[in-house]
Amino acid sequence: MMVDRNAQAAIVGIGQTEFSRNSGRSEQQLMAEAVLAALDDAGLSPKDVDGCLTFDLDNSDEVDLMRNLGVEEIKYTLRTPQGGASSVTTLVHAKKAVESGFCDVMVVWRAMNERSAYRFGQPNLNIQPSGRSSTFIEWCFPYGAQTPAVWEALSCAPYMNRYGVTSEDLGRIAVLLRSNAATNPIAWFHGKPITLEDHQNSKWIVAPWLHLLDCCQESDGGVALVIARADRARDTKNKPARILGAEYAFLKNHEIISDYYEGDLTELAVSQRVTERLTRAAGIAPRETNVAMIYDNFTPQILRQTEGFGFCGRGEAKDYIRDGHMNLDGRTPLSPNGGLMGEAYIHGMNNITEGVRQLRGTAANQVKNVETVFCASGVAGAILGL
Amino acid sequence: MNAEPLAMSGDTNPNPHRPDPIMTVDGAPFWRAANEGRFVAQKCGGCGRLWHPPRAICPDCLSKDRQEQELSGRGTVVSWVMPVHPAAFGFNEPPIVALVEVEEGLRFVTNVEGVPADQMRIGMKVEVGFATTSGGNRIPVFHPAKEA
Repeated sequence: MMVDRNAQAAIVGIGQTEFSRNSGRSEQQLMAEAVLAALDDAGLSPKDVDGCLTFDLDNSDEVDLMRNLGVEEIKYTLRTPQGGASSVTTLVHAKKAVESGFCDVMVVWRAMNERSAYRFGQPNLNIQPSGRSSTFIEWCFPYGAQTPAVWEALSCAPYMNRYGVTSEDLGRIAVLLRSNAATNPIAWFHGKPITLEDHQNSKWIVAPWLHLLDCCQESDGGVALVIARADRARDTKNKPARILGAEYAFLKNHEIISDYYEGDLTELAVSQRVTERLTRAAGIAPRETNVAMIYDNFTPQILRQTEGFGFCGRGEAKDYIRDGHMNLDGRTPLSPNGGLMGEAYIHGMNNITEGVRQLRGTAANQVKNVETVFCASGVAGAILGL
Repeated sequence: MNAEPLAMSGDTNPNPHRPDPIMTVDGAPFWRAANEGRFVAQKCGGCGRLWHPPRAICPDCLSKDRQEQELSGRGTVVSWVMPVHPAAFGFNEPPIVALVEVEEGLRFVTNVEGVPADQMRIGMKVEVGFATTSGGNRIPVFHPAKEA
């Protein structure tokens, strides 16, 4: 059911810190700076905030938000599961929260020193989902499957085996994203494009699929969004990015990243399910949007999600990308900011801010005539529009 | 469980620093059985369905009657990778991490040992064995199946 335009939720503010390998300050400060920047971008102040949301593995919470920014009263707060897969899920909750009136101005953030403080991508028994519900530590650790790269590669290998995906196919995705980042001044890899040869020569992280340049880089930084209803957004500073639809799914017997135990591993059943519901809710399909911001922790994710969200048929994603359909001048440009691989890995949140910039027309690599943007993080998808 | 560590016959343990299993209330029966040299799955006493990883309650029939069934130990490699960098904690050499589907239809994250990476294949037939962890626990791993 589509919500009346006036009552529809919109992203009215975006904010961030710089992205780095060592922020030199606390994660709570990164959170506060990013939220403040997003509020300023919206023309709002901490006194306007009455709802907040982040996702698991973030070391800041609503208490930190209120204590540091002087927020007076929170009416609704939550923390969603599933690590980075939750980045686009935050839009589902924020949309429903402001459209239903649970709260009027909701801030969403991600702020981590995951490079300087704890190396998120290395073996670490402390990196577990808050409910400890997934089994990626318990059943994987004694076997040397101890990092996101290993869990992910194990999940993607059957797909690549079935459809004859080569390391060069994956490399073309990395080259594309790094090319976009090279001309984005806020990207960590600004001015540093790579060639397919660089990709092939980079060291193995997880053989025989993930070279170093198939992986995003752990980053320090904070990103925040402000979400309010469109009628409230009339007096905000920047053009609101309406959330036309936002959906997520979590299916029976599935897990977070160690999603090995159910069904056909060569397809992303959850993306297909989300696509159906999202298309109904937004009135437009992901493949009909103008820009695709797809979660790229590792290159194979782009292939499976490109198919799962319906941009091309089964097994066609490597050719779809090789044929240029996701280039900046292609049918649906992929992450013009350089994505998580090229701009920074703030767990997907910086791909949402880029989606908003594309709609406003203020992006570094601005795509022409953007009216709608698709954002995806595996289990979740959202379509933003003017 | 403090079962006496049993070295694989004739072999020295290639990974004496391999991490011990993480024992949770629901998962411990699997590891205890492995320590006794048995490769098992949780079996629902209500409907007979097998589960791995173990569950608190059977998701199909909602029975709390948890039993155990010994598995054939024969399976097929569904997926495999080799963690190279950073080195897997507790391993002297990069292990082959595999997802093995056993004849009973369940999948297990495990290691395939005794095969160089360039001979690993999805679809390879494997059979269960046991490796010893740093604390002397035994855990199921797989080896290429002997020719029938």
